[in-house]
Amino acid sequence: MSTRRIFLRDSALAMVGFGAAPAWMQRAVYAAGESRRKKILVTIFQRGAADGLNTVVPFREKAYYALRPLIAVPQPGQSEGALDLNGEFGLHPALEPLKNLYQEKLLAIVTAAGSPDPTRSHFDAQDYMESGTPGRKATRDGWLNRLLPRDASVSPVRAISIGPGLPRSLRGASSAVALNTVQNFRVRDEAAGMALQSMYAATQDTELSGAGKETFEALRLLESLRAQNYTPANGAAYPAARLGASLKQIAQLIKSDVGVEVAFADMGGWDHHTNELARLPNMLREFGSSLAAFAQDLGDRMADVVVVTMSEFGRTVRENGSGGTDHGHANSMFVIGGPVAGGQIYGKWPGLNQEQLYEGRDLAITTDFRNVLGEVVTGHMGLPNVGKIFPEFQAAQARIGLIKA
Amino acid sequence: MRRNQLHLFFAAGAVLALVHLGDAATAWDKKLKSDEKVQHALNRLAFGPRPGDMDRVKKMGVDRWIAQQLEPSKIAESAELTARLAPLDSVRMSMGEMTAKYPPRQLIRAFTNAKAKGRRNAPAMTEEMKANLERLASAERPRGLRDMAPETRREALAKSAPQLLVTSELIENKLYRAVYSERQLEEVLVDFWFNHFNVYLNKGLVRHLTTSYERDAIRPFVLGKFKDMVRATAEHPAMLVYLDNWQSVDPAAVENMKRRAKRAGFDVPKRARGLNENYGRELLELHTLGVDGGYTQKDVVEVARCFTGWTISGVLNDPRFQFVDRVHDKGEKVVLGRTIAAGGGQNDALEVIGIIAAHPATARFISRKLAQRFVADEPPQQLVDRMAATFTKTGGDLREVMKTMIHSREFFSEGAYRAKMKSPFEMVVSAVRAVNADVRSAITLSQSIDELGQPLYRKEEPTGYGNTSADWVSTAGLLARMNFAVALTQNKLRGVTVEPTSLPKDPALAFGSPEFQRR
Repeated sequence: MSTRRIFLRDSALAMVGFGAAPAWMQRAVYAAGESRRKKILVTIFQRGAADGLNTVVPFREKAYYALRPLIAVPQPGQSEGALDLNGEFGLHPALEPLKNLYQEKLLAIVTAAGSPDPTRSHFDAQDYMESGTPGRKATRDGWLNRLLPRDASVSPVRAISIGPGLPRSLRGASSAVALNTVQNFRVRDEAAGMALQSMYAATQDTELSGAGKETFEALRLLESLRAQNYTPANGAAYPAARLGASLKQIAQLIKSDVGVEVAFADMGGWDHHTNELARLPNMLREFGSSLAAFAQDLGDRMADVVVVTMSEFGRTVRENGSGGTDHGHANSMFVIGGPVAGGQIYGKWPGLNQEQLYEGRDLAITTDFRNVLGEVVTGHMGLPNVGKIFPEFQAAQARIGLIKA
Repeated sequence: MRRNQLHLFFAAGAVLALVHLGDAATAWDKKLKSDEKVQHALNRLAFGPRPGDMDRVKKMGVDRWIAQQLEPSKIAESAELTARLAPLDSVRMSMGEMTAKYPPRQLIRAFTNAKAKGRRNAPAMTEEMKANLERLASAERPRGLRDMAPETRREALAKSAPQLLVTSELIENKLYRAVYSERQLEEVLVDFWFNHFNVYLNKGLVRHLTTSYERDAIRPFVLGKFKDMVRATAEHPAMLVYLDNWQSVDPAAVENMKRRAKRAGFDVPKRARGLNENYGRELLELHTLGVDGGYTQKDVVEVARCFTGWTISGVLNDPRFQFVDRVHDKGEKVVLGRTIAAGGGQNDALEVIGIIAAHPATARFISRKLAQRFVADEPPQQLVDRMAATFTKTGGDLREVMKTMIHSREFFSEGAYRAKMKSPFEMVVSAVRAVNADVRSAITLSQSIDELGQPLYRKEEPTGYGNTSADWVSTAGLLARMNFAVALTQNKLRGVTVEPTSLPKDPALAFGSPEFQRR
């Protein structure tokens, strides 16, 4: 059952002759009346539970090396060693591009963060994180959708995700657009497209008429971008794999000033129950270089942008019997952008000794993921009411301080 | 909001009014008219009607058609299907035959490496196999595959990229059967149960095991006993690789073996060997009890212990299930409060399968999932309860559970009618059936399904694809559906031909329409 197709959004754009207006005028609609450029939030979901302990390595922990004799990342200075950040934590060597962002103070890291619900089910944990209500399955909409006011004059592409389906985070009453690529966002037969548009507008199937309206509005708006051969700026080179391709699309949309405020991208394949030593570095290389290319491509525009990464839970501290790790608890989160108080590692470190572990096996959570997202929502997006986005959540008294004042 | 619960209309003066058409309980009581009933049966228990199907089913009677569909082995297959399946030889091969004729890349690599290092302990194989591997190791990827006729393409792939041939035939097999098989319900169920016990084609060796997995571990059981399907999937090399159980061993047993080997003067490799809880968890969460089925983290570990030693022999050249007792955890285990005595060997896991297959949580979980596929996104609880009761009473007889569901008042009710969104696979296949297209190559159809958001055999997560409208309604998905309708009806799909005479008026609109997206 869907709650997202509610017709509260009678487009003001239609009144200014939306379909007929030239591209520059359409864009001007979103630029006009704004005293400043839009604040933009990009969220990235690492599906499958990424191994946070081999991503942000606690290299002073004896227990880390004792429990991971085969797969631990060596200490800084050793061959293939961690990239030292602050004398305590280091990045996996495949994340070299992110170390640069950290040094430029664009990247902040929160360790031991996550969802307090004890589930080790991928599905449930992703669902809880995306709904923003751990432990509560009845929540219909996603946290990113609740962030979007049901405003009449917003851009049809204010909320976008890259890929064929709309992620749980963006489902809900406000419209959100899923697109595979900007180039292919069209109906290949124009006459059929027009006729289908009227058909979807007229149908009594509310769910599909809502989706149809969103589709054709977004299609009009993106028309002028489709022909563009997008070249990233500042020599940024995106990896060809999915996250790189997704972030490239997002960068193009942001720079085209079509009104994007919230963007979402997925990167799957983190569920490394076996042979992590061979599999994780490639994943991290793609992850790190995609993020770095995005920051480089956006350049000055990063002043308006915050990127947050998350994964449903972490992985066991102890490596398993197949050179991998099983489902764990806490993870680390990356927060990147101009407004970020970067170059620091946040979060109370709970330790890895036996008595410090969650249920005797996993990294404990000391920062609720909603505190991280909440600070981005208030500090960056400027929404005072976090309670609306994370209902029933008591934010921690002490702020983490992720966003610069 | 379900469309038949809410109607939106514009009254004079453009006043938007919401009219509630009675509550959900009554919609489940309202019977369908006889034409609607026929159409509903063909949309839910088949992949939609072909021209003439409505009349045929009406004539023989819906109930008789359903009874036939529930006994697929007694339905003769169509010549259209047999002719299309005939050239797909890999879909009839055992895993051993397949690796011999169409070896996986891993085997080609292992062969080349072993040869380069002058090793002689490569897996036993015939001279013919060796010659084949030799050829393949130096073969170049063929060009112009897209433009080749199906037979030429098949030959080119066999000579140079057998892994692509295997995948291609697997997908062709699925699409030809869905479009042309007379055993429609069986095909619908194979799609459902494969997705329930999902494996991912692109994980290691799974590619070469999936053909057998679907044919030998899923298809024979879709109207049989649920427990048999759990066991067949648990033992199948595709599942053993996909959820890593083939590598899961008792750590203590491995330590002992290492100590003995050291004493005897062997080099002990530093390779990790021990427990892997991946399969144990998904077996409980996704295959049987459901995430709320009342198991704990402790149960996950205990189940994993029971399954230690369930592995594969002849991994690269002739994969088969094998139980290896010396790496099996011999201790006592407690699963869901039931003690499994020490020393049970292979029976430990069989006992686990027995316990969870007969568990009331499994009856509820499976019944609800079936009702969600066949009835509605939010199926009535009463119906699910009745199905679960049948499940329990019959020892998990899936044909009986299906009968309880199909013969329920809810199944042929207004509450269910056109309430489901078609998955991309269902949308594409139903459109192809509706225009009676002549499909000579299924590759373009498969690519269309990718674009609609459901790459076949390539759902990476063990959850499989979702089954509700929220999973399939999106702007990108809608555009892809419209574009598929355009391409199909304008004969722009390579290898798929539509006779203009079999097209409805405004064909692209007919299949791109909101109505056609529902079943």
